[in-house]
This record gives sequence, C-alpha cells and structure tokens, in this order.
Amino acid sequence: MSFHHKIEKNSLLMVLGILLVISVGGAVEIAPLFYLENTIEKVKGMRPYTPLELKGRDIYIREGCYNCHSQMIRPLRDEVERYGPYSLAAESMYDHPFQWGSKRTGPDLARVGGRYSDEWHVAHMIEPRAVVPESIMPGYPFLATTRLRPGEIVAHLEANRMVGVPYDDGMITNAAADLIAQSEPDGDGVDGLQARYPGAQARDFDGDPEILSEMDALVAYLQMLGTLVRFDVYDAEANER
Amino acid sequence: MKFLWGAAIVAFTLLALAIAGATDDAGMRIHAGIFVLAGILGLFALVKMHFDEAPGGTAPLVYNDAIVKAGVIASTFWGIVGFSAGLVLALQLAWPALNFDIAWLNFGRLRPVHTSAVIFAFGGNVLLATSFHVVQRTCRARLAGEIAPWFVFWGYQLFLVLAASGYLLGITQSKEYAEPEWYVDIWLTLVWVGYLLVFLATLWKRQEPHIYVANWFYLAFIVTVAVLHVIHNLSVPVAWTGTKSYSLFGGVQGALTQWWYGHNAVGFFLTAGFLAIMYYFVPKRAERPVYSYRLSIVHFWSLTFLYIWAGPHHLHYTALPDWAQTLGMVFSIMLWMPSWGGMINGLMTLSGAWDKLRTDPVLRILVVSIAFYGMSTFEGPLMSIKAVNALSHYTDWTIGHVHSGALGWVGFVSFGALYVLTPILWKRRDLYSLTLVNAHFWIATLGIVLYITAMWVSGILQGLMWRAYDELGFLSYSFVETVEAMHPFYVIRAGGGALFVLGALIMAYNLWRTARGDVRAAEADNRPAAPAAATA
Repeated sequence: MSFHHKIEKNSLLMVLGILLVISVGGAVEIAPLFYLENTIEKVKGMRPYTPLELKGRDIYIREGCYNCHSQMIRPLRDEVERYGPYSLAAESMYDHPFQWGSKRTGPDLARVGGRYSDEWHVAHMIEPRAVVPESIMPGYPFLATTRLRPGEIVAHLEANRMVGVPYDDGMITNAAADLIAQSEPDGDGVDGLQARYPGAQARDFDGDPEILSEMDALVAYLQMLGTLVRFDVYDAEANER
Repeated sequence: MKFLWGAAIVAFTLLALAIAGATDDAGMRIHAGIFVLAGILGLFALVKMHFDEAPGGTAPLVYNDAIVKAGVIASTFWGIVGFSAGLVLALQLAWPALNFDIAWLNFGRLRPVHTSAVIFAFGGNVLLATSFHVVQRTCRARLAGEIAPWFVFWGYQLFLVLAASGYLLGITQSKEYAEPEWYVDIWLTLVWVGYLLVFLATLWKRQEPHIYVANWFYLAFIVTVAVLHVIHNLSVPVAWTGTKSYSLFGGVQGALTQWWYGHNAVGFFLTAGFLAIMYYFVPKRAERPVYSYRLSIVHFWSLTFLYIWAGPHHLHYTALPDWAQTLGMVFSIMLWMPSWGGMINGLMTLSGAWDKLRTDPVLRILVVSIAFYGMSTFEGPLMSIKAVNALSHYTDWTIGHVHSGALGWVGFVSFGALYVLTPILWKRRDLYSLTLVNAHFWIATLGIVLYITAMWVSGILQGLMWRAYDELGFLSYSFVETVEAMHPFYVIRAGGGALFVLGALIMAYNLWRTARGDVRAAEADNRPAAPAAATA
C-alpha cells in the first residue's frame, strides 16, 4: 500500500494510472477489428447506397427509427425463421454509423426490403394503425408532403468516401442526376444508375409523381434493406469467426 | 485574464454569426443563433463580474459555494425535465395517439431528449455540483479560477440546450447516448477540458497531503469520459456550415466503438462519478469513516480496469466476431466483484450508525441507492451471459435493468446528495421538512418497484413469445401480437414513472423552501440535532 500513497499524493500520476488501465480493454478488443481480415465476411453483391437511398437513410436517422427497430438478425432459430438469414457484418460495412439498434419495440428491419409493397409502406407510414390496428408506431404523414431537399448530395457522397465508403468518381459526378433518376422509372437515367449501382430499383416509390418527397427516399431505402448480399453463393463455413 | 476570456467569447460569437449568415441549413441557423445569444450573455456576465468584484479578495479561505448552488438548482430543474420527458414516452408507448404524428413530438425524436436529459443534464449537473463541492472541502482549498468554473457550468448548460433542441429538430448522429452532431461535440470537448483543468488545478492547491478517495472516482469519470467522447465522436462533416456528419467508424467496428462508449458512459458517468458521491456523502451523513481504505483502493482500480472491457455484451449474437463477444461476457461477469466490493464499502460505512436509518430519511435514501446499485450490478452480469442475453436482448428487460440502476442508484444517490447539500449551501440548520423527504422516498420507491417489475414481466414475456413454437413447428406469435401483449405493462410502467416524477416535484418544493430558510411548522420542535448541516 505504500506505493499507492505515492499515487494518492500526485494527481498527475493518478491521471496517468487511469489512462493506462482504461486503455488495455479497448486496445485488446476494438483495435484488432480494424486489421483482422476475417472481421468482415467475403460476400458478393454489396454496393454503396444510391443517392436516393442515402437520403432515405438520413431521414431514417433523423426520425430516430433506430430507437425502436433493430437491423441485426441474430443466428437464432426463431429469428432466422421470422426475419430471414442472420445478418452479416458485411451488410452494414457501408453504414456510417451502423443501425443495428438495441431494442425491438417494433420488428427487425434488416431484411424488410421487398417484403411489403411500396403502397403498404406509404399507407403504413401515414397512418400505421390503418394497416396494422395493434401497432404503437407514430405516424409520419408529413414525409409524403415534404419535398426532398437533395442538399449538397455530392458533398454527402464525398464525406462518405472520406470515411471509407467506396464511391467512385462516376458515382460522385452523377450523384445529383442519379438521385432524380431513381424516382423516374421511365427516364433516361435509369440505365446509368443501375450500371453504377447494380440492383438499384427505380420507381416512383410514394406513388405521387408530382413530388419527389421524403417518403420516396425513405421507402427506397427500406425496400433495399437486406437485399444486396447474394446468399446463393455465400460460403458460411469459410467465414466462420 | 478577463480580457482573454472576453476575446475568446467575442471570437466565438463572430464565428457563430458568420456561420449563421452563410448556412442554408435551417437547423444550423437556429443553433448558430443560440451560440450567438449565449456569447452575448456570456459577455454581459463577464462585464458584470468585473464591476461586481469585491475589493481585496485575500480572505483566508472562502469556498466557491455559488457555483455549487447553481449546480443544485440546475440538477433539480433538469431532473424534472428529464423525468417528465420519460413519462411522456411511457404514455406514448401505452397510447400511441399521444405522438400526435408531429415530427418533433414523435417517440423517435423525443427518446434521446429523455435519455440525454436524465443522464447528461440531471446526472451531469449533479456531478458538476457535487464534484465542485467535494473537491473544495476535501482539499480545503477554494475552487481554482473564478471565471473558468462558470465557463464550465454555463458552457455545459449550452451543450444541453443545443443537444435537446437538436433532437427535436431532427439533428442527430443516431449514436445512442452520443446523439449530438459534430459541432456540439466539439463544444462539449472544450467545456470538458475546462472541467478537467479546474478540477486538477483545485487538487494542486490542496492543503491535505492525500487526495481523498471520492476525488479518485471523480477524476476517473472526467478523464475517461473525455477519452470516450473524443474517440467515439470522430466524424466527417458534410459541410462546415451544415449539421450533418458521417461517423468515421462504420458497421461492425462502429458497433463495438459505440458500445465501448455506451457501456462506459454507464461505467464512468453513471457509476464512477456517482460512487464518488457515495464515498463523500454517505460517510458525511452517517458521521462515520469509510469502512475500508484497502477496499477503496481495490474497488477503484479493479472497477476502472474491468469496466472498459464489458461493451461487447451489448452485441451478443450479432455480427461482431465471437471472440470479442466471449471476452465481453467474461469481463462483464468479473465486473460483478468490484461492483459488490464498492457496495459493501458503502453499506458497511454505516457500521455503528444503523440506528440513524430510523430517524434520518436522507440517509435512508442514500443507503437504498447503494442497495439498488448492488441489485443492478448483479442483474447486469447475469444479463451479459450469452444464453440469458439471447432472451433478454431487444426486450424491455434491458429497459427495466437500466431503470433499476438509473432511478434506484443514480436517482436516489443524487437525491440524497441534493438533500445534504441544500442546507449546507444556503446555510440553514436543516431541511424544510423531513416528512416530505420521507414521502418522496416512499413514493419514488413504489414508482421504481412498479417500473422494474412491469419491465421484467413484459421483457421476459415478449422474449418468450418471440421464440415460442406451436406443435406443428411454426412460430406461435406474429410480431404485432407480442406488441399487443405489452400494453398492460406499459400502462403500469407509466404509473410507476408518474410516481417518480411526483417524488421529484416534492423534492423540488422541499429544497426551495429549505433555501428560503423555512422550517415546516409541525416539525420545528421535534427535530433531532441537525447533522452535518450546521457544522460543515
């Protein structure tokens, strides 16, 4: 205990001691995740979000959807049967930050893409209890009437590139056009969009061609969730961690 | 010195003004406007301070009690705001029509207002107030600096206003318990560095050879929260004039960084900081020394070392690699030991003074807070076991667990500290009414019991319903059927929360009357001799 007397009498020694003991855990647990190659599985099909999906994701974040909806299916029998294949790390590798969530007041959304029609999503978002009477979700009618503000979509993509999302130069130069193209299925921009973002769905998501609304963006985002990875060619054994 | 502070405030205000002019982001314009307003108020306060200054400040030792008083008032105010926000959320979950489908009233935007208001606004102000009080008394030195502590206090309130208004406007990083955006994070970093320096500089002025154990815990809290905050919030803003940023960490690395931060916000903000309160206020109120010096040392270093590892238990069965999950579980279980070591050290401090529990409701609140600490630090390791977590994760069990710690431990130990501090700071012999303290204690305890039992039942029920199969091997319940089953428990929980809010209102009234110097007529004659209050 005499050694501790020294620490007790010297505040800087104590600060140093605290820094030392709190560094160990983080260094051992977190740091390896950045360099161990098997942290993220090898998969086919993952691509960055399209500009419209990215805007939809921003709205998802803005409204705090993650407070009640997880996006992380655990490898448990009931979850896989209820929601689909368990979530892989690769599926959220372009999410800055991740949206795994911590509470399921509502159901998991990791694979909600393609499960419901666009019309269902729009009706559900405007008045949840109109389609699911027992739901306790708030309504978001204002999304359908609020015009999407693309803002500096190029700057959004560039910020994502700076934190490691592989947006290439073509994606960045065409960002503004791609954002519009995804909501105009009959327009000229769809081919270019789908060349840059394989599998991107171009539709008038909110069913109202008059307005490119926040609802368009949010539904575009929800409809692609969990649809990218090609599980037919995924080797689970090889990616055991 | 005043000139430097003034120059810094002017520079900051001009920067905010420039951003307000340049931005086309409505949220940023509002926040820059709040910054400008705060700058102007700060400048006024500085000028007023200059002219008010008492001549010849060479008094032997006058504690800076004004800042502690401000902290007590702010804690009480934010406590009521935060608890009430929680009550609104509880009611929304029971009756969703209460969302009114208005953006800024919806559950998703309000929930961080509640969590930030109770953790950072209520808890944070309690920590500011008590740390500034304790460090002065245990060092026998006046708080270092005259302007700096006020910068820390008001800078922190500014952070809270920016955070809460931001959530309502939809400005959020979506990182739980770290939702404020990049510019608010930078502001908090400045304030926090100021806090650390004021605290350290006061330690350097101390008249006592040893640094008292409560200050170790305060120091660990301040230093670790600084490290967590800075690393976890690293991000790239989309534009310098916009609110939005993208986190440096993504996916699985982001998830573990989040829960390294999140769990240690619990460990160092809500635990280490409040253990410091326990180590000062329990001995003070019980008029007994801390039970064991040796246990304090073991408690302190093992807690600081072990807590940091426990984050991965928030990510069991996720896409986080198994080795990290296992490591997190093992350390979470080990964490049980230092937690209970601390609980024993706190409870046993009452050796020879247990009879005071009968006569002193303030001491009773403090002791029950330690009991809740023991309960929730047992439940935590239990829930970190993967097999248990498979059931409890994503359910209300987690919510119940958090609240037994937050209401029972953090809330009660804070209430106890506020009840001890108020008569001391306002130089009153005792509180306005011990009967009201007693009423607060029982009403709040009943509220907590209703809250956590409702959440245990709803959490375990929902977890079991999710994994229930019928005889043909199909899932028995659709998701929404499990939501429907939660309704009665959500109503009970809201009732428990309402009782807790009621208790806090009673406390606010009692503290206000105490500050005014009133003593409740019926109690004036039969008071036991006032404890610490008169002599401190």
